[in-house]
Amino acid sequence: MSRAELLSPEGLRIDGRRPAELRKITSTTCVLSQADGSAYLEHGNTKVLAAVYGPREARHRALVLHDRAILNVELNVAPFSSGERRRRSKNDKRLLEMASFVKQTFEPVVIATLYPRSQIDIYLQVIQHDGGTLQACINATTLALIDAGIAMTDYVCACTAGWIEREAAIDLNYIEESSDTSEVTIAMLPKSSKITLTQMESRLHVDKLEEVFRLAGEGCKQMYEVMDKTIRDRAEDLARKMTV
Amino acid sequence: MLRQKAFMKKTKSGKVLKVVKEHYLRDDIWCSVETCKVCEHTEPVLSAVPSINKAFRLPHYIIPDTNIFINQIDVMEHPLVMNVIVLQTVLEEVKHLSLPIHQRVRDMIANKEKRFYVFSNEHHRGTFIEKLKDESPNDRNDRAIRVATKWYGNHIKDLNPRVSVVMMTDDAGNRDKATADGLQAISVKWYIEALDNTEILDMMSSAKDLDDGQKTIYDEHLSPAHVSNGIKSGKYLQGKLGISSHNYLEGSIYTKINGEEGTILIVGRSNLNRAVDGDIIAVELLPKSEWRTTPTGVVVDEEEEQAEEESLKAEQEAAATAVKEDAVMAEPEAEKPAAAVETHKLDTPQPCGKVVGIIRRNWRQYCGFIDRKSVHTPAGSSAPVNVLFYAMESKIPKIKIRTRQAHALLGKRIIVAIDSWPRTSRYPIGHFIRALGEAGDKSTETEVLLLEHDVPFHEFSKQVLSFLPVEGENWVVQPEHFAGREDFRSLNVCSIDPPGCTDIDDALHVVPLANGNYQVGVHIADVTHFVKPGNVMDQEAASRGTTVYLVDKRIDMLPSLLGTNLCSLRSNVERLAFSCIWELNKDAEIVNVRFTKSVIASKASLTYEEAQNRIDDASMQDDVTSGIRILNMLAKKLKQRRLDMGALTLASPEVRFSLERDTQDPVDVEMKELKETNALVEEFMLLANISVARKIHEKFPDSAMLRCHPQPPSANFEKLEKAVARFGIDIDHSTSKTLSDSLDNAVLPEEPYFNKLLRIMTTRCMMQALYFCSGAQIEQEFRHYGLATDIYTHFTSPIRRYSDVMVHRQLHAAIDSSLTYGDELTDKEKMNDLCGNLNHRNRMAQQAARSSVELFTHLFFKNKTEEEEGYVIRILKNAFIVLIPKYGIEGIIYASAKASKSADSGDAAAQPQPILVYNPETDCLQSTETLAEGETPKTQVQLFQKVMVQISIDDDLKGGGEGGMRQKLKMELLKPWIEGISVHGISNKDDPEAHAVTSKKREEAPVQAQDKKRAGKRTKA
Repeated sequence: MSRAELLSPEGLRIDGRRPAELRKITSTTCVLSQADGSAYLEHGNTKVLAAVYGPREARHRALVLHDRAILNVELNVAPFSSGERRRRSKNDKRLLEMASFVKQTFEPVVIATLYPRSQIDIYLQVIQHDGGTLQACINATTLALIDAGIAMTDYVCACTAGWIEREAAIDLNYIEESSDTSEVTIAMLPKSSKITLTQMESRLHVDKLEEVFRLAGEGCKQMYEVMDKTIRDRAEDLARKMTV
Repeated sequence: MLRQKAFMKKTKSGKVLKVVKEHYLRDDIWCSVETCKVCEHTEPVLSAVPSINKAFRLPHYIIPDTNIFINQIDVMEHPLVMNVIVLQTVLEEVKHLSLPIHQRVRDMIANKEKRFYVFSNEHHRGTFIEKLKDESPNDRNDRAIRVATKWYGNHIKDLNPRVSVVMMTDDAGNRDKATADGLQAISVKWYIEALDNTEILDMMSSAKDLDDGQKTIYDEHLSPAHVSNGIKSGKYLQGKLGISSHNYLEGSIYTKINGEEGTILIVGRSNLNRAVDGDIIAVELLPKSEWRTTPTGVVVDEEEEQAEEESLKAEQEAAATAVKEDAVMAEPEAEKPAAAVETHKLDTPQPCGKVVGIIRRNWRQYCGFIDRKSVHTPAGSSAPVNVLFYAMESKIPKIKIRTRQAHALLGKRIIVAIDSWPRTSRYPIGHFIRALGEAGDKSTETEVLLLEHDVPFHEFSKQVLSFLPVEGENWVVQPEHFAGREDFRSLNVCSIDPPGCTDIDDALHVVPLANGNYQVGVHIADVTHFVKPGNVMDQEAASRGTTVYLVDKRIDMLPSLLGTNLCSLRSNVERLAFSCIWELNKDAEIVNVRFTKSVIASKASLTYEEAQNRIDDASMQDDVTSGIRILNMLAKKLKQRRLDMGALTLASPEVRFSLERDTQDPVDVEMKELKETNALVEEFMLLANISVARKIHEKFPDSAMLRCHPQPPSANFEKLEKAVARFGIDIDHSTSKTLSDSLDNAVLPEEPYFNKLLRIMTTRCMMQALYFCSGAQIEQEFRHYGLATDIYTHFTSPIRRYSDVMVHRQLHAAIDSSLTYGDELTDKEKMNDLCGNLNHRNRMAQQAARSSVELFTHLFFKNKTEEEEGYVIRILKNAFIVLIPKYGIEGIIYASAKASKSADSGDAAAQPQPILVYNPETDCLQSTETLAEGETPKTQVQLFQKVMVQISIDDDLKGGGEGGMRQKLKMELLKPWIEGISVHGISNKDDPEAHAVTSKKREEAPVQAQDKKRAGKRTKA
């Protein structure tokens, strides 16, 4: 009956954030030496590892497109990612769906025509889950693609926002997500403010939609700052190493 | 904004999961002190110069711990307690321990004048602490409070003017630790005593530590773990205790016994073991040998216990209790136990149980009065004394309270809360909260009855009123309102309501069509145009649920600007409406129906009487009148068809008071009269409700708000069937149709009132009609038994019922596909919760209305003695209840009235000599002489018997020496004459004999009289 109070009258969420605050985000690129590009990203306790292979020769001839590269996304959730240990099959429909979301998000952004007849593989591994998996996956993929040096028109920054209690809030954690909250995930190209993905599965009153969208957009911009800094730091680091 | 991150790991059990939560610590949580320059708060809560208390040198802010809120919430709510810092730690603990108290704390925080500030210490970088190894959560929280207090102390030490913080806790250990840390700590008691205010002193909850020297009266309750294990294993049974409204020492729970649903009786003080009405309790079944077969067995137990009482005072009460026990024992709300009890032949004793633990208390605040007898100090004394408090609700035991203002409170209605009920105390221990006013005063009594029935009657807050249209009274229909509405302004719409009605929800029109059919429209006030879902006004209305009609006033659900003006469909003004338009053929069959929002301008607001006159007056030939005639014709056909389907016509003895204009005192009573036009309006409202119910159920199969009326179980009819069988009448209640037919046939030519009486009594066998959410029940259970329809809802009175508001919203969503709506219309759970609240409010509103009538009946009979004809409508073991049709009142007449005098001689074991005894076979009371086979007893009282009674108000109960202040309607039997029961009734009270008897009784048996009064009150309730 009485579910947890998600937003106290004092304006703090259960973890002590205010509604428009992201969780602590840490990210690094180039974490795997085997992959062409890789990134590790934490949204609070949601932790995702992304690896990009390619562009490389397409494995199945039948799929080859002669004028551009094809994107292939695989998503895995580690059995130990949440409190309860649970193994998901590879054909879990939720995972396939989420993978296809990531694929659709990046198809218009990656300049695939530069790599005809080839394939770009994106492998995502959710190591720990605490809400907002999709946004974390998209952000990690962006970093990994940049790390792999694949041409893109812009960053893709994703952020969720939802309506908790009486206000819109961004970057919902697992508790907030699971209390029947209406949640929207959007992925944005920060320079042009174009949106490449919006995803919402629950009912949300139209009156509230605009506010939720606005806040999610702001969240994306904040994400961009963090991601851009990671990339620039990495680049500077590399540059410094080269000059030495 | 700087954000620090720390990690906290919490494990939750259940499946033993490890839950990892983030916990952010912040720098932007401000102290909220007015003079603080460091913090960046915008609206400081805590005043610069807070309260001063003799106990401290400096003005200070109070930081209470959790137990202060849990135990002393009433003190904290007192206006003298201001400038309190509520720590997040404390607030969370309070929430965990008690949701109602948490809500009250939240209300105080929201009240700006109280200056309660929530300091989120758990998220503040300076005050967050990690749990230490081997530290219990309680110790950690206590430490957190100390740390926060210390932080505050340091933070504000340089402020000007100087202030300090004080930690308030009743835990001596915690205080010592605080003092060791250099903090100021104080207990509530010291603090309050230093305030020097008797009122707040009385409000202090009594300390729980009682001296061990006292003898324990009750068995210990089992530990919660023990209880829950016992319930799981089936050793104990869980249920909600319902105390008999006639005997506060008898309760029952309804639960599953060995897989079968049944009632377990819990009889006697020691078996009830400190459970109070409404508590969720764990019960252990007693061995079969102790199951109740006769009521006397229990009484003896009780008497033994009573005999242990030492003090005189207690002895008096003991006698009283024992006697009362007797007097009312046979009055259970279900007849079954009585039957089982009475006949020793019956070998199915009622299962009895004993309370072993209390799972959840349902204590609330109680209205009542102080027992005059329990006040022994001389008048004017202000020393604290323990006194006994009687709650108005007879199900509640007496409550012991400690007060310094006992004399000032005598004769007043006061509110009291229970604090605890230790094993050593016969009565629960409580504390005074506030006084309402003089007993017997109309406004006080009205407030009491509103409080007792949980009716929210406070004024609408500013916040609520802010959602009213800004134009206020001058609001008119604007051209933009016509969007999406049909213009019915030209139609001859009129409304028919009771006289003096200002909240007109409904209006009607009819237009004969070219094809010989009729277009009939029901127009309902469009409340939802003004009340938008989810806003404060809507929430307030949802919580109030319904408008409550009392005899002299009305507690509105919506602010009166809406209820009586903007929504009210008054004549000759344009108003927004929600219309239901049918095409009916000549036989009043529905050809088609549609719904639309509309604008109407009513042509006339008539009373039932005016409308009736118009129908009857052949000279009236205007459009409105001829419309009413057509409607009347159609309504009759509708009604006939409904009756053919098996709808019930029931009756209730409702009366209406004529009030004096200025004082609002009742000057006359009359039966509510029903005219043809009442039925006219009713028919079309029923039709509208049914049509709407179908529509919204179609659109919202899982979440439509509907209303059902379950079929009454046949057990309800047992007694009635038996009684009417005597007249050769058979009641067949298998369906509403057969019931309705048998009622129609049950006519006694020599007794014209019989049929009405039978209908009144049938009404009492019925179940309550309930709101429900369509997803929560199977479709067969949607049926409305009384109206004989398969689906029903409430659509026609949105001004006074919230259910109708919801139905309006659902109907609007059903007809306008482009409408956007939130999950309040689709969420099954929310709808279910809402239905629960509405059912509760409805029930309470009905009871409040009834109590109000009772109150005015008392006022009416004040200083009056009337002789009236009445009918016996219920037979109890040692009493019977008489209904007076003229006033619609009921009273109890004891069959063993005077014999019980022996009880006050101190010999509690003496049984009162019944003059009439109960015969379970014939269900009547008869004289005690031994009878030969087949012989009828000399005198007997049976159901439906016509009697003459004398009615007066027992004014010796008010004030006079006994402290009792429940006014009781006294009914005495005049005819038939039964020696020992009947009085010489008399129009003149000077009859020496009758007078002598009364006064003698008064002298000799004060206990008895008081006791009867309690019993009497019970019966009426």
